[in-house]
Amino acid sequence: MSVHPVVDQASNAARFLADRSREEYFDTLMWSLREARDRSASEVPEWEQLRDLGSAIKEHTLSHLADYLEQFEASAKRNGVEVHWAHDAHEHNQIVAEILSRHGAKQLIKSKSMLTEECDMRRYLENRGVTVTETDLGERIQQLDDEPPAHIVGPAWQKSPEDVARVFAKAYGSDPNNAAPVYLAHEMRVHTRALIEKADAGMTGANFAVAETGTVVTATNEGNADLSGNVPRLRICSVGIEKIVPTHRDLAVFIRLLSRSAVGMPITQYTSHFRAPRRDGEMHIILVDNGRSERLGMEKFWQSLKCIRCGACMNTCPVYRRSGGLSYGSTYMGPIGIIMMPTFDIRRFSELPFSSTLNGSCSNVCPVKINIHEQIYAWREVMDEKHQIKLAKKSAMVAAGEVLSHPELYRIVTAAGETTLKRLPRFAIYNDFNAWGKHRETPLPAGQTFHEWYKANRRKA
Amino acid sequence: MGIREDILDRVRRNQPAAIPHPDLRDFTHLASADLITTFARSLGVMAGVLIDKPPDDLGAFLREKFPDAKNICSAVPEYVGTSKPEDYPVWADAAKIDVSVVRSPLGVAETGSVLLSDDDLRVNTIAFLAHDIVILLAPDKIVENIHVAYQHPAFKEKAYSVLMSGPSGSADIGGKEVHPAQAVMTLTVILWPESAKTS
Repeated sequence: MSVHPVVDQASNAARFLADRSREEYFDTLMWSLREARDRSASEVPEWEQLRDLGSAIKEHTLSHLADYLEQFEASAKRNGVEVHWAHDAHEHNQIVAEILSRHGAKQLIKSKSMLTEECDMRRYLENRGVTVTETDLGERIQQLDDEPPAHIVGPAWQKSPEDVARVFAKAYGSDPNNAAPVYLAHEMRVHTRALIEKADAGMTGANFAVAETGTVVTATNEGNADLSGNVPRLRICSVGIEKIVPTHRDLAVFIRLLSRSAVGMPITQYTSHFRAPRRDGEMHIILVDNGRSERLGMEKFWQSLKCIRCGACMNTCPVYRRSGGLSYGSTYMGPIGIIMMPTFDIRRFSELPFSSTLNGSCSNVCPVKINIHEQIYAWREVMDEKHQIKLAKKSAMVAAGEVLSHPELYRIVTAAGETTLKRLPRFAIYNDFNAWGKHRETPLPAGQTFHEWYKANRRKA
Repeated sequence: MGIREDILDRVRRNQPAAIPHPDLRDFTHLASADLITTFARSLGVMAGVLIDKPPDDLGAFLREKFPDAKNICSAVPEYVGTSKPEDYPVWADAAKIDVSVVRSPLGVAETGSVLLSDDDLRVNTIAFLAHDIVILLAPDKIVENIHVAYQHPAFKEKAYSVLMSGPSGSADIGGKEVHPAQAVMTLTVILWPESAKTS
């Protein structure tokens, strides 16, 4: 039984929406990424074939995952890598702490990894005397501000440059009034490189793990995975078991899809392949389950394991764009978060499947063709079956179901609504019960319903 | 049962019925004459700089392009710098390098990427901790796309390899890419046949 309260995404979103300028900034930024994705995809003639291939390779791999995991492990061991296995976050964190302790390592630099976020690893290590420095700019901003990522690609995108200037002024003593991204990126460079150069150990996640060679692949623009994985002699890579791809030829399909889907660029500046430790170093790979093997057995939901973490579904989602990523109260947010998080804690994330318009845009942009919106709907059914829907929502849905399944009743209700809306004073329409009217004008009722129009016109024909 | 066996057992029990692997293609479209033009355009998109032929005097070129550079680390026989990769047995010390000069065995037209592996770099960090990087690339080593690039043996043989595509950057503030981030400030590719003159 979950000890965490149910995440109320709608209420969290309302707090985000209270600042109109912040909502507009975030919405505009996210939509610009969606547009960049569209432009970039349109330049690749075989784009839809790549999506088909990406989906098919992932489905093939997941349906043979045990064999590919064994192959990956054998390849990595041949390369001189020490391979560890972890059931869950706690076991993962314990393994990392033990490796660091064995080497007396107290300063850890790491690149962005949603898996280590999932494991809440930073707090675990810091409680044991290890200083953890995030080397991804966005992740470092969130670390300094003590906030989790708001987006899986750009963790700090929910913050404006002015917000970042304030965070850096507090942490680094930089100019709080200079919000130029170039200046802020330079401040990050100056302060983080000093920590990178004296680190005892480096850590990366994995965008992909290639079974045929035992290679861990990372994609960054900053080169921070290369710095984290190369500067210290000790390298640790945390890999979710679903990140396996069979061969480098398979990997090519995903590299072509990933950055274009994420931000509309043909590739990240650094696509890095860690196959073996450096000659004078040590390399560890931790293969982490943390609920993935269980999800693999869920007939309706296993396909979410195909996700390559591009964030395209988030950038296009009208709810995410106008709610902010932190409103989901979860490691993964937006449409992909909605279908992943209930597998971690069904009660805590029972409300998330209702934070969607089900418009299908997420599925349409997904580079590996995950049926995201269908899974969101399926999760609603699961929540109903498992009695995880709040009474008020359930009652409203029962009432709506009654009205919508009885045409006569539907016509009476719509006619009554139109009459009422025309006559009620403004204060009676714009109140807490009218979510639509909180940020925009409620549309005026049409002169006649569609049914009335149809009766008057088409029936004659 | 150990953790490894337990996880593998759970995966084996839960994985869906076998789905076949799809046939893969290389999706090549370009004539070889177009590869350099496409590479140049893509490298520009990634904020890299292309010099389309070897300069008459690489030393003079470097002095002009990087007037403040004092420490030029060369990993190539075409140029003798002020240091070489082996001078940095502590890999963090590569941060003292102003400019690294290396040779890449492969370019990718689609993305403007160059391949660098531990054999090309000898000390991997010279590609990231240096202030700037200059990369020599033979024009006939440019392939069309990532599908073809991944057939290069380095990916199966080298301990570390990276497809580097422009200088380090970040779009983490405001969503628009700015340069530099933590790694090199600028990246210059010089198209330089392997048999060409040295300076």
